Amino acid sequence: MPKKEINSKAAPKPKKDQTTLAVKPESKLEEIQSSRERKNVLMQGNEAVAYGALDAGVNFFAGYPITPSTEVAEILANELPKRGGVFIQMEDEIASICAITGASLAGAKALTATSGPGFSLMQEGIGFAKITETPCVVVNVQRMGPSTGMPTSPAQGDIMQAKWGSHGDSPAIVLYPASVKESYELTIRAVNLSEKYRTCVILLLDEVIGHMREAVRLPDMANVRVINRIKPTVPPNWYKHYDENQKYLSPLASYGEGYRFHVTGLTHDSHGFPTNKSGEAGDMMERLRKKISYNMRDLVQIESYQMEDAKIAIFTAGITARAAKAAIAMARHEGIKVGLLRPLTIWPFPDDAVRKMLRNVETVIVPELNQGQLIHEIQRLTKDKSESNLIPLQRVNGQLITPNDILRKIKEVS
Amino acid sequence: MAKNYEIRLSGSGGQGLILAGIILARAAVIEKRRVTQTQSYGPESRGGYSRADVIISDEEIYFPEATNFDCLLALTQEACDVYLYDLRESGILIIDTTFVKNLALAAENTYELPFTDIAQEKLGSPITTNIMSLAFLVQLTGIVKPGSLKQSIAESVKPAFIDVNYKAMELGFELAKKYKK
Repeated sequence: MPKKEINSKAAPKPKKDQTTLAVKPESKLEEIQSSRERKNVLMQGNEAVAYGALDAGVNFFAGYPITPSTEVAEILANELPKRGGVFIQMEDEIASICAITGASLAGAKALTATSGPGFSLMQEGIGFAKITETPCVVVNVQRMGPSTGMPTSPAQGDIMQAKWGSHGDSPAIVLYPASVKESYELTIRAVNLSEKYRTCVILLLDEVIGHMREAVRLPDMANVRVINRIKPTVPPNWYKHYDENQKYLSPLASYGEGYRFHVTGLTHDSHGFPTNKSGEAGDMMERLRKKISYNMRDLVQIESYQMEDAKIAIFTAGITARAAKAAIAMARHEGIKVGLLRPLTIWPFPDDAVRKMLRNVETVIVPELNQGQLIHEIQRLTKDKSESNLIPLQRVNGQLITPNDILRKIKEVS
Repeated sequence: MAKNYEIRLSGSGGQGLILAGIILARAAVIEKRRVTQTQSYGPESRGGYSRADVIISDEEIYFPEATNFDCLLALTQEACDVYLYDLRESGILIIDTTFVKNLALAAENTYELPFTDIAQEKLGSPITTNIMSLAFLVQLTGIVKPGSLKQSIAESVKPAFIDVNYKAMELGFELAKKYKK
């Protein structure tokens, strides 16, 4: 970049050809959004994700279709070009995560959707998006694994991978809906949080949630809260790509706007250039950690259901929480006091809410469609309680845990 | 406790059961009722097992998979063998005798018709067996109004196929009315 530009006081206006990724005709977008019928319709979870992405302002999708997430790509392939956005079908999932990270650095709001096998391939790219603090969203509609597993069968096996899949310490934001409506809402929230916290946010869906249809009424666009990344207000020569003075949330310039910054997966200084200095390396890692752990109130969302008088608590997420609610209705009918604590944000883990739950109930049942993942997080917080009061209920055979399975467990322990 | 009406449409891939489930669910939405529709199928697009569950209620539906059916439609012997055990005691069983030749259990309310043969004979193709048997189910159970089903079909299939599906629907209604007598 010529020196003259770096030293200019105000941010130079981007050249026309550098703005191809931005949503072009603003009025056209509004027209399409207002013309969409906001009535009660039958909608699939994956459809809700696609419309949530559009309403959140996503204007770039790169992906490789895979069951059970395909409908997200299918709908966005139709809708994005109409709105001046970009849809690219990539050669694989490694390219997909790289493409959305690059698009985001050029100013786009970018999202991809995949399932287990693709999510595994994306892990390196997710780590890169996190260390470079680049906003993007990865939707993982979970299917049974490991490997190609059972493409059309549900499992909740990627809970730990969503946090630890990429190497190195990896503060994560992972959201987990339990209905079609929530799939829409949490997609918007995922995009918003990615923009606000400059990180790769992961949305985990269950196969059943992705493919399920329910009646939903999407809100009017006027009622949709959209958060955009903070743009730098300083002249380009003052810009730091990673600025520690902003409560760990630093402004983000886009390529082509005249700001000079370097992007690398190597540990870097505040301008983005590689560093081996332990001070700078430590600062970078602390910033990645603190921007999550100092904002727990903003990030953590939980549903506490009939917990007021509960002696037994069920802790679970997604589709299994719906089985739990049905089981609770049956158990309460028989006079058993049981409630549900359901994380909508599974990472960062809702430690405080779980500690409170552990103080107030005698027994915790943890049903999950895996061989034990959520339960370890609760074990971590169970110091002063006998572990015999922590009851696993696990299934990995392509079938759901049913309300009767949970009811049986409730009766066993009550 | 909320009373859910649980319906399972079962058979093999390619019989159009998931579409039938979507159409039934959409008819419930038209009537402003609560509904969930889920499905389970193998990786193949034809053959293999396939089923669609529809739960209709006036209250919040927690678990979206049918576990104790008020009504079971079985279009293949395999589906009937597997799912019959989860039919409620007073539940309605509808079987396509073109493919279902024997019942492992005697169900209290069983309705038997060779739906696929009838579709072939009266409509010239087995392809609308799904809509015909769904209309039969709707007329029999009264779970949604016939008019809602008609509107839902119009909203769910391509315009070119509305008429042929209407014909199948009318035939299904008629068969149910005759059967009732």
